[in-house]
Amino acid sequence: MIHCVLHDPMDSVAVVVVENVKAGTKLTGLILDENRTIELACVQDIPIGHKVALRDMAAGDTVIKYGVDIGKVVQPIRKGEHAHVHNIKTKRW
Amino acid sequence: MQKTFLGYRRENGRVGVRNHVIVLPVDDLSNAAAEAVANNIKGALAIPHPYGRLQFGADLDLHFRTLIGTGSNPNVAAVVVIGIEDQWTKQVVDGIAATGKPVAGFGIELHGDHDTIMRASKAAREFVQWASEKQRETCKLAELWVSTKCGESDTTSGCGANPTVGNAFDKLYGAGCTLVFGETSEITGGEALLESRCRTPEVWQRFMFMFDRYQDMINRHKTSDLSDSQPTKGNIAGGLTTIEEKALGNIQKIGRRCVIDGVIDKAEVPTGPGLWFMDSSSAAAEMVTLCAASGYVVHFFPTGQGNVIGNPILPVIKICANPRTVRTMSEHIDVDTSGLLQREITMDQAGDRLLDMMFRTANGRLTAAEALGHREFVLTRLYESA
Repeated sequence: MIHCVLHDPMDSVAVVVVENVKAGTKLTGLILDENRTIELACVQDIPIGHKVALRDMAAGDTVIKYGVDIGKVVQPIRKGEHAHVHNIKTKRW
Repeated sequence: MQKTFLGYRRENGRVGVRNHVIVLPVDDLSNAAAEAVANNIKGALAIPHPYGRLQFGADLDLHFRTLIGTGSNPNVAAVVVIGIEDQWTKQVVDGIAATGKPVAGFGIELHGDHDTIMRASKAAREFVQWASEKQRETCKLAELWVSTKCGESDTTSGCGANPTVGNAFDKLYGAGCTLVFGETSEITGGEALLESRCRTPEVWQRFMFMFDRYQDMINRHKTSDLSDSQPTKGNIAGGLTTIEEKALGNIQKIGRRCVIDGVIDKAEVPTGPGLWFMDSSSAAAEMVTLCAASGYVVHFFPTGQGNVIGNPILPVIKICANPRTVRTMSEHIDVDTSGLLQREITMDQAGDRLLDMMFRTANGRLTAAEALGHREFVLTRLYESA
């Protein structure tokens, strides 16, 4: 089963695409376009559609998705954690 | 891919996929009469709305352009226009009449609702019976105008539903169709990626003029940020975090091979085939209403969390890749591409699935939104009335 998908191999977050992903779940991530998978451990419950961090990130780091900048880290994020509005903000507006 | 579909050829040569007779109020005051006419005459469709009084300047121009464009859309066979005053009513009638289709206008002043409803009902009855004899004919795929706009997006939109539209758009672009996308504020963070997609530097400059104009408006009115509107609460519940992330998902809808051939302002009519960018709100009903007014006859609407929108005259095809939404809101979804996220289907197959539904819809199949009675008609306003 594919648990999460990445748009680009350089992305720092992946999208959870199944329901009931719980802390401790071992995730299989599909890299779209490359048709290749990665494995990682999820350390928090993550709802379907929400993002999991693929690496440790510090406040001020740029978050990469689709291979490009989608905003900045405002609270440190560890690999496998839930990455969303509580720890990422827009750089616009 | 099929090369033809069954459509209604109109007097000006454009092809529609629906055969509506609409009763179009010029202003809010005329809604009651318009709805009474549609109640009297079976097959006539009233399109009520809340505006049309004391607007001026560019905002009034847009109002007229949207009403005239709606009436002129080839999905419409004939139009009854009702307004409180004769002059603005005539302006809308004359605009629609330029297409050559049957249109009749009625002013309420000096007549009252009763007399207006009686006279307008007589015209609507003639139009409905006339339109009912129109036959579909075989039309070339290149004659189909297809618009897109996404809504209640989530992260599955960017990796499933939106690239499905992109795949279909790439194929329709190659077939010579006239296409449009927009949602100006939802390009924010992805605008630089569009430079290489524009046909010429002039197209890119025109796009950036529209983009900067919208950003200026946002910056004039914003409070702390747009967190409650862009992304929306629904977007955030669905996992979208920032406007940049949402924008990159939005851009997936124009595929990989389409070239942006031109830029139009709200409700303007494209002057040739290809992919157009229309400056537009990202609010679903506003944007879809503008697409209908620009002359588009089929709409692709990818959704993640489940937007339920429709339009009175433009069939809205819903595409969804979120398995939870497909399960919980199945009556709203026309094309399920959730298999993409489990590698059960390829992007090429997902695009073909959408195109198959597009042909069926063009040939007459009712979309989920049509069957459910969704007729959201929302006029874009630029500023206050005088």
